[in-house]
Amino acid sequence: MDLTYTEEEEAFRIGLREWLARTLPMLPPKPDPLDWPARRTYDLGWQRRLYDAGYGEVHWGATPTQHLIFLEETEEAGAPYVGANFVGLLHAGPTIAAEGTDEQRARWLEPVVRGEEAWCQGFSEPDAGSDLASLRTKAVRDGDHYVVTGSKIWTSHAEVADWCELLVRTEPISPAAPKHRGISWLAMPMDAPGITVRPLRTLAGSAEFAEMFLDEVRIPVANRVGEENDGWRVTMVTLSYERGTAFVGEVVACRRTLGLLAAAARENGRWDDPVLRRTLGRLSAEFGALWRLTQWNVSEAQRTGGVPGTGGSVFKLRYSHARQELYEAAAEVLGPDSLDLAQEWTADRLSSLSYTIAAGTSQIQQNIVAERILGLPKGR
Amino acid sequence: MKDGFRALLAGRFGREALRAAVGSAEEKERSLDRRLWRELGDAGFFALRLPEADGGVGLGLPEAVLVFEEAGSALLPGPLVATHLAAGEVKGAATGETVVTDVDGQLVEWLAEADHVRGDASGARAIRSVDPLTPLHRVGSAQTGISDAAVLLTAALQLGSAGRTTAMAVKYAGEREQFGQPIGAFQAVKHLCAQMLVRTELARAAVYAASVTGEGLDAAGAKLLADDAAVRNARDCLQVYGGMGFTWEADVHLHLKRAWVRSAQGPTAAQVEERYAAAL
Ligand SMILES: Cc1cc2nc3c(=O)[nH]c(=O)nc-3n(C[C@H](O)[C@H](O)[C@H](O)COP(=O)(O)OP(=O)(O)OC[C@H]3O[C@@H](n4cnc5c(N)ncnc54)[C@H](O)[C@@H]3O)c2cc1C
Repeated sequence: MDLTYTEEEEAFRIGLREWLARTLPMLPPKPDPLDWPARRTYDLGWQRRLYDAGYGEVHWGATPTQHLIFLEETEEAGAPYVGANFVGLLHAGPTIAAEGTDEQRARWLEPVVRGEEAWCQGFSEPDAGSDLASLRTKAVRDGDHYVVTGSKIWTSHAEVADWCELLVRTEPISPAAPKHRGISWLAMPMDAPGITVRPLRTLAGSAEFAEMFLDEVRIPVANRVGEENDGWRVTMVTLSYERGTAFVGEVVACRRTLGLLAAAARENGRWDDPVLRRTLGRLSAEFGALWRLTQWNVSEAQRTGGVPGTGGSVFKLRYSHARQELYEAAAEVLGPDSLDLAQEWTADRLSSLSYTIAAGTSQIQQNIVAERILGLPKGR
Repeated sequence: MKDGFRALLAGRFGREALRAAVGSAEEKERSLDRRLWRELGDAGFFALRLPEADGGVGLGLPEAVLVFEEAGSALLPGPLVATHLAAGEVKGAATGETVVTDVDGQLVEWLAEADHVRGDASGARAIRSVDPLTPLHRVGSAQTGISDAAVLLTAALQLGSAGRTTAMAVKYAGEREQFGQPIGAFQAVKHLCAQMLVRTELARAAVYAASVTGEGLDAAGAKLLADDAAVRNARDCLQVYGGMGFTWEADVHLHLKRAWVRSAQGPTAAQVEERYAAAL
């Protein structure tokens, strides 16, 4: 494992650190977490500042090590989270960067990088969650357009997105065409006629995700990334980014939270409970190791060139549970105040309940680790 | 008795009523359904353990835990335990005409709605309760002595919730299909459900036994296990539901949030564990 940084990388870190120290105090106040339009404006505004300072393309234009340094430094400085830009910067963006044509890269990456357009992810369907490949939203060719009909669910930020990375079926499932074939990856403009977005409330009370009904939505064939019927492979590229690097910044955030928890526990006396103390100690060791695992995954990806590997599943599996345990520990520290929604950690505890479900459930990640890494026989 | 009460709850506080209560709580008309409270009184919910000579039903804790288990299963809101314990002591509690709440350590539930408060609630400050159906106030005071019966009846509420989330998970696992089969056919899902049942049954044995022995330590131990079953089962149920479990629409989160609130009532897990350790 290579843990040393080149002089150039160190210079990148110092420059970034200085810029953050100058810039963060000038940011506008954080918007209400339940106000998505305001959050979109805020998140895109932050991206615009990054762009103006030369950090706009860091999520895929820089080396993986620089990317890691970027995530580490911004998180440690308490810079805004990618938020409404999650899909654009960490999901669709890297996919288009890796799989798109020059024209597509120019059309879609630039506005994301400049903080002008936000994306959402339209993969899951009511009957295709864990079994994503069984998706049924159908795209029929009509000249130089696809006519798309079907429904999507759990589409995060759909209401404030300009574009949607959409998985569609371009060839029906048949004995000759198994479900993984026949899928295509399209960029859908969210203002196209025929799209209805119905917000869904999360258990935390926010309308963070939505149902999306598509009724004969016309999408240019030129908006397809990758070959027709080759969308599953493109999707695997997308998902490896999701599991590989998309959560890196949050590991740093968790380490910060641990420090704050310890300080709060020392102050309110709960630090005297050896069980709680040890829980926090163990979590600290784990988040330290998760950070090392990330560095390792990234340096492997850098060495082998490109896409993060299945190591992402190992990381995601432990990380999502460890982060839930972190907020259980926070509830211990808070005591009766853990029942107060005005406490930031209480809201975070509610959000953390999705970590073992979103981006592939823990059960599915365990299947991936067991079957693809350990080579155990595939179950049904 | 248990069946009769189950039928009453099914008729008066089924799923639709539960969701309607959540809806109106959200519109800040957080009020207790006084008519239902009276009906509970009429059905003997509060007077269950009062001697017949005093106008009660004349039953004991073993019967009471069964009825409270049903209430927990239905997520029936309100200061049920406090009002039940006040029957015979506070006028109108037994009949459901009076709503009674207790100051329990650092929390008071339903303070604004209660007609009678037991304990010192001075300086109480409203908090944004995580449970939409349990308004909460914080008080500064240290732990007040909460009775063994209160601990056990709260445990029975938790047991009811644990049993319900187990049933919900099993039903969903039998119906939801992925990869061409019900998700309950996957061992990973099966094992989650099996563990839910194990926790529930262990808690049930502890709660029922404590209701017979009447020992304080047994009640505390029952609460420890029932808290664990209620919280962990709700979380596992959420996992079995997948994305659906993370929605406001599904009832899973209501169980989890109520289980968190009930866990904070009475002695803490650390205190109970220390008591058991000391008794070794
Ligand atoms: C907060 C949040 C945000 C999301 N955002 C998006 C988004 O922006 N875009 C998008 O497309 N999707 C999004 N999702 C959807 C997410 O990817 C799915 O919820 C997830 O893939 C699970 O699918 P499902 O909900 O249909 O659950 P199901 O697949 O129905 O799973 C139910 C249960 O069955 C288990 N299970 C299923 N198959 C197996 C198996 N083979 N072996 C063992 N166990 C199995 C699961 O682990 C789970 O416990 C989001 C979800 C959440 C919670």
